[in-house]
Amino acid sequence: MTQTALPALRRSLARLEREGTARARDVFSFGVPDIDQTLGSGLGRGALHEVYALSGPDVAAATGFAIAMALRAAPGATIPGPILWARQDYVDTEAGRLHAPGLAELGLDPDRVIIVQARDALGVLRAGAEALRCPALSAVLIEPWGETGAIDLVATRRLSLAAGGSGVPALMVRPAASPKPSAAATRWAVRSLPSQALEAGAPGLPAFAITLLRNRAGTAGHEWRVEWNRDERCFRTRQHGQEPGRAHAALPRPVGAVSANRAGTGSTDWPASATADPALAEQTTRWRDTG
Amino acid sequence: MQSKRQDGATQDEAPLVIVDKVNGALRLMSVDARALALGLTPGLALADARARVPTLAVVALDTVADDACLERIADLCDRWTPLVALDPPHGLMLDISGCAHLFGGEAHMLNDIGRRFAHGGLSLRMAIAGTPDAARALARFGRGGIVPPGGEAQAAGPLPVAALGVAADIAHGLSRAGLKTIAALAERPTTPLAARFGDDLVVRLRRVLGREDIRITPRRAPPACMAERHFAEPIARTSDIEATLTRLLTQISDLLQKRGEGGRYFEASFFRTDGQVTRIAVETGRPVRDPKVVLRLYRERLEALDDPLDPGFGFDLIRFCVPIAEPLDETQVSLDGRINEEGDVADLIDRLVARFGRDRVQRFIARETHDPQRTASAVPATYEPGKANALNWPAPEPHEPPLRPLQLFDPPQSIETTAEVPDGPPLRFRWRRSLHEVVLAEGPERIAPEWWRRESGTPTRDYYRVEDSNGRRFWLFRAGLYGRETDKPHWYLHGLFA
Repeated sequence: MTQTALPALRRSLARLEREGTARARDVFSFGVPDIDQTLGSGLGRGALHEVYALSGPDVAAATGFAIAMALRAAPGATIPGPILWARQDYVDTEAGRLHAPGLAELGLDPDRVIIVQARDALGVLRAGAEALRCPALSAVLIEPWGETGAIDLVATRRLSLAAGGSGVPALMVRPAASPKPSAAATRWAVRSLPSQALEAGAPGLPAFAITLLRNRAGTAGHEWRVEWNRDERCFRTRQHGQEPGRAHAALPRPVGAVSANRAGTGSTDWPASATADPALAEQTTRWRDTG
Repeated sequence: MQSKRQDGATQDEAPLVIVDKVNGALRLMSVDARALALGLTPGLALADARARVPTLAVVALDTVADDACLERIADLCDRWTPLVALDPPHGLMLDISGCAHLFGGEAHMLNDIGRRFAHGGLSLRMAIAGTPDAARALARFGRGGIVPPGGEAQAAGPLPVAALGVAADIAHGLSRAGLKTIAALAERPTTPLAARFGDDLVVRLRRVLGREDIRITPRRAPPACMAERHFAEPIARTSDIEATLTRLLTQISDLLQKRGEGGRYFEASFFRTDGQVTRIAVETGRPVRDPKVVLRLYRERLEALDDPLDPGFGFDLIRFCVPIAEPLDETQVSLDGRINEEGDVADLIDRLVARFGRDRVQRFIARETHDPQRTASAVPATYEPGKANALNWPAPEPHEPPLRPLQLFDPPQSIETTAEVPDGPPLRFRWRRSLHEVVLAEGPERIAPEWWRRESGTPTRDYYRVEDSNGRRFWLFRAGLYGRETDKPHWYLHGLFA
């Protein structure tokens, strides 16, 4: 019986895998020629991609990079579907909760985000797997905290099969964890990169140093320095060693004192406030020093 | 119905009284049968009672526990009728219109209720009458029992006027006027009574005499539709329970179909033979009536229960009701067999809510405020947006880096800093035991607390976007204006930028 059953099983498995990869052939690109060439055609949409934060304070960078990937993966046409974000409670404690205006600043409309708070990694995986079966979503972000035994080859394989079935990208953000073997299509390590300073030594666009640790479809081990352009929804390469303004910015510079009552000072570039009644609006001043 | 607390076997020998402090003195609030036989009555001072009966078991009145106990008894009574109302301090009203025949008539029903509570060690006084007030008067002041239709005036006639439930001074006034029983009152013309003692007395009298009926206000609103199944032999196996749920859901689905509605909230009540009632509810983001969908939600819910459904010795009644239903039209299924994408997401949210709970599946709504902690709030994803909430997220300015952090700490985290000058960004700061050298900084952006909701002493905050030598971007703020609100301002880290 095993003589006939095993090959039949193998055949059906192979067929399943083919179906999965057929949907996964649908790809998305980074918009950076260098990266896209290395990745071949681009990243598979219906696949699992892992994003590791290299150290504790890099969590936000890894999360930001995953959001950027989710935005790249969303089909450009019409209204993109919602993004489901499964998050472990401990991430909120350790790295802060998601801030909706901050999502908007990266180009992700907060109205598109559905958050599922799970107590443990298992809950996060379960929510992620459940969500990945829904093809109406434009991406699923899975964010467990730390090292956990729950995320193994079987669990990641399940996620990538679910992603392959529905064609929804699965992005797993792994703060406070070190890369482990898994069934992910690609694995990235992300580190914050000093940004290109704006005038007056203000921090610039979000910049990341990304390392492709694993790539099922091609070579791995490449590192790039990119920054995320929210207005165009694409990555741009950061030139190596190009860090203008760093030399002088490190020096102490004189900063004028601000009085509490200078409400109008330089507030022209303050985002149009949502407050209806200006009399009730808080006194907010934003001003860039020119030192 | 009157419920008395029963205590452990150790106090069985001694008469039990429950006491509470009234005007500085401990007085008996209620007594058990043994104490009553010894001549102790409610209202007596505890010292007097002790003097008469030294071996008295005394328990302090615990109204919270009494209320909880009454609630539990009310839960139990749900098995006889869905319309149960509390009648504090220790009564329950059951509207059994149209229910009695299910239990073989009113007499059988009364027996059944008495038997079940007697098992639990509770003594009851019950009455069935045409109006709630008549039933209450008969249960509390009369012999109870069943009043035949139209017989309220005759049954309530011999009761004292206190049975009307009027205030003590009115009852006293009536008895001084020689009107001691309800029958004596019923013979009088009502106008002079109303003029002397108020309209309330007349209304109560009419209700007790069955001349005027009112509806009770049930504890739980009557559901839009309901299906239930009694079992002669209690069931305990998961497969049986699931089969029952499926059958009940199919019935419910038919009922909803006839009404052209779908349920938004489903509630299954499992009545255990020992009186425990477990209610498990699932909520959906939009009306549904497909039994398969609801059953799937129930499976998720049952699987995710912290304390699993324990059948004990089995359930002898399973009831399914839909308290909230909304109009639902037939949906056109498109040619490829899928309804629509929006529906898919709503279904997904329902499943996640069933598994993780309503508060754990969230989305953001914008608020009109500059306070970073309040500007976006996470609400349950099933939360009705309300058409009024058309508040848009402020669009980010083109060609600007992100001005708001991706992740926000709540509460802000305290840091140690070395500030450049009193009104500048810090040169370096220590957060979570590691030192960060500030290389780039922008600010301050001053955010004053909202004066109309300010708790006393909330300082103004000066926010800075800073980047350290490793390229990590932080959102720091200094609490308090230097020299004005505080001499030694403290620094906090509020958020992380990507």
